Amino acid sequence: MKKFEPVIVAFCCHYCAYTAADMAGSQRLPYPANVKIIRVPCSGKVDALHIIKAFENGADGVYVAGCLEGDCHFKNGNEKAARRIDYVKKYLEEIGIESERLTMVTMSAGMGYRFAQTATEITEKIRKLGPSPIKTAITQ
Amino acid sequence: MKTESKLEKILAAGHLAVTSECGPPRGALPDQVREKAAYLKGVVDAINVTDNQTAMVRMSSLAASTIIKQEGLNPVLQVVSRDRNRLAIQADIIGAYALGIDTMLCLSGDHTKFGDHPMAMNVHDIDSMQMIQMVRDMRDKEIFQGGAKLKGAPKMFIGAAANPFADPFELRVLRLEKKINAGVDFIQTQCIFNVEKFERWMEGVRARGLHKKCYILAGVTPCKSLGAARYMSNRVPGMDVPKDIIERMSSVPKEKQADEGVDICIETIKRLKKVEGVAGFHIMAIEWEEKVEEICERAGLLPRPQI
Amino acid sequence: MITAERKPLEELIDYVKPFKRILLLGCNECVTVCAAGGRKEVGLLASGLQMALLKSGSNIEIKQHTLERQCDPEYVEELVPMIDGSEAILSMACGCGVQQLATRFKDKPVFPALNTQFMGASERQGVWAERCQGCGDCVLGITGGICPIARCAKQLMNGPCGGSTGGKCEVSEDVDCVWQLIWDRLKSLGQEDRYVDIMPAKDWRSGGGSGPRKIIREDLAE
Ligand code: SF4
Ligand code: SF4
Repeated sequence: MKKFEPVIVAFCCHYCAYTAADMAGSQRLPYPANVKIIRVPCSGKVDALHIIKAFENGADGVYVAGCLEGDCHFKNGNEKAARRIDYVKKYLEEIGIESERLTMVTMSAGMGYRFAQTATEITEKIRKLGPSPIKTAITQ
Repeated sequence: MKTESKLEKILAAGHLAVTSECGPPRGALPDQVREKAAYLKGVVDAINVTDNQTAMVRMSSLAASTIIKQEGLNPVLQVVSRDRNRLAIQADIIGAYALGIDTMLCLSGDHTKFGDHPMAMNVHDIDSMQMIQMVRDMRDKEIFQGGAKLKGAPKMFIGAAANPFADPFELRVLRLEKKINAGVDFIQTQCIFNVEKFERWMEGVRARGLHKKCYILAGVTPCKSLGAARYMSNRVPGMDVPKDIIERMSSVPKEKQADEGVDICIETIKRLKKVEGVAGFHIMAIEWEEKVEEICERAGLLPRPQI
Repeated sequence: MITAERKPLEELIDYVKPFKRILLLGCNECVTVCAAGGRKEVGLLASGLQMALLKSGSNIEIKQHTLERQCDPEYVEELVPMIDGSEAILSMACGCGVQQLATRFKDKPVFPALNTQFMGASERQGVWAERCQGCGDCVLGITGGICPIARCAKQLMNGPCGGSTGGKCEVSEDVDCVWQLIWDRLKSLGQEDRYVDIMPAKDWRSGGGSGPRKIIREDLAE
């Protein structure tokens, strides 16, 4: 059997997490290539549908990375994102996808190291969980 | 005199009336009704028979009232608007009167949420106010609620509840006045622990002359234990058990608490006797009917007048 | 608006399992506003159903579509050209929309995807609360614009009951006692005297007591 390489989709807000990812790049901090970054104007902009579609299209894990608490460029988009994620987690369980596959994280623009570390941790967590049941079902 | 009700006669003669209550059993146990009633014989003038009290299914108020009537006592048929529509209520009232029951109490009832059938529909086709109106019209105008003429009008002495302790306080006198305008003859109040607040309410009642327009029976309850006092204070909506009562209950050892509860109840009655406009007492000794005699005796309410 | 909530996925799967091709149909009106059955919820449910079915090894073709209004025959007519492509319809409209479909497409099974709840208003973002029961004889003019029928747990026309405490209803601390609200409002309007009149027993015929209700506007009806 081929070694399992998880596909992770990271929705990163333009102002913090995406900048942090840039920073990680320029500081040459390594992070797993499994993480596919999608830049969004604000974490609050990530819709339930985006997350669900990611899973439907074969993602093994999804995370939304927003600004630190109180630091949202749009006031409270990150709080909204966190609540939405709790809501989508319940829906994932209903569908039959482990809700641990979805996470919300926060960081500031300067936290290149934290970006790389988070990407690594989440990739490892999903690797342990194994392929998403949807992906397994698609390939069967 | 509007009716043949013994309670009305006692009140009309100017005596302090005494009523108590009896919760029917949760099963076909007629002897239990008789047992409870036996404790009250010669002790009170009339016995309220609750109607699916706290929204728990029990023997119907009508059936238990009939048993009590057969025992030679005077039941007060309680009827809640929660469980029956106006057809069923009117039918029951006629039926009750045909069986010799001449006194009733019109209530809305506790919400089903609190009982053993929270999934049941709350009927509330009419509310307690409208029930009073309906019974009065049946009695005085000899018509059904729907307007048709009725033969053999039920001559009910009509009661209702009042809670001086619920909010908003300023509405509590006005709401009593509404009930009087609807046609109520007597009122039994919620259990009084906060005597000061009750006195304040009575001031409002007297200011509008309402004590002259209906008989007000002050409700009292002996606490069986500290736990019971706490439960009433925290869990029963619209109950006001002040801190000093709780403190007094907790100041005595557990085995003395029941006596303390009875003492408090008797002191309350004595104090309330002095309040102008109080026409009698409604002693709610829940599952403690055997204590009513002692309470009446010590509060100076015995012997009951013979009418 | 009419409010609704999605049914559990499990129940919906039971409905659609026997079919190969279904039409998942949203509605652009009330259920869109209360985030239960609009275009977006159709997309979410289609994906969710698809994934859940995939897991159990089945596969259904789900066609997504959203009508302007499912409760209006003119809009329902739009479906005629596409309806043959689906064996059944899963409707994300309120119960009225579902029935409109069932009436129009006699040989198509139609299933509700939502539990229709109540006529309500938005209290704030994401919170809807019951406001009207369609009693057919509105008393808001007497009660200060606040409805005792829809908002009193005991439907008291002459409240408040003895359980009203600190402005809250006896059934829950999360529910305002509507009679406290009515009284406060009457006071601020200087209409306390409105409270004194007894509201007579209601004639429930207008409220559905005499069977299903219908409005016929002679000038408009064809
Ligand atoms: S009184 Fe009747 S019509 Fe008016 S808001 Fe209440 S339920 Fe609706
Ligand atoms: S507390 Fe108020 S809202 Fe609740 S049942 Fe009583 S009157 Fe109605």
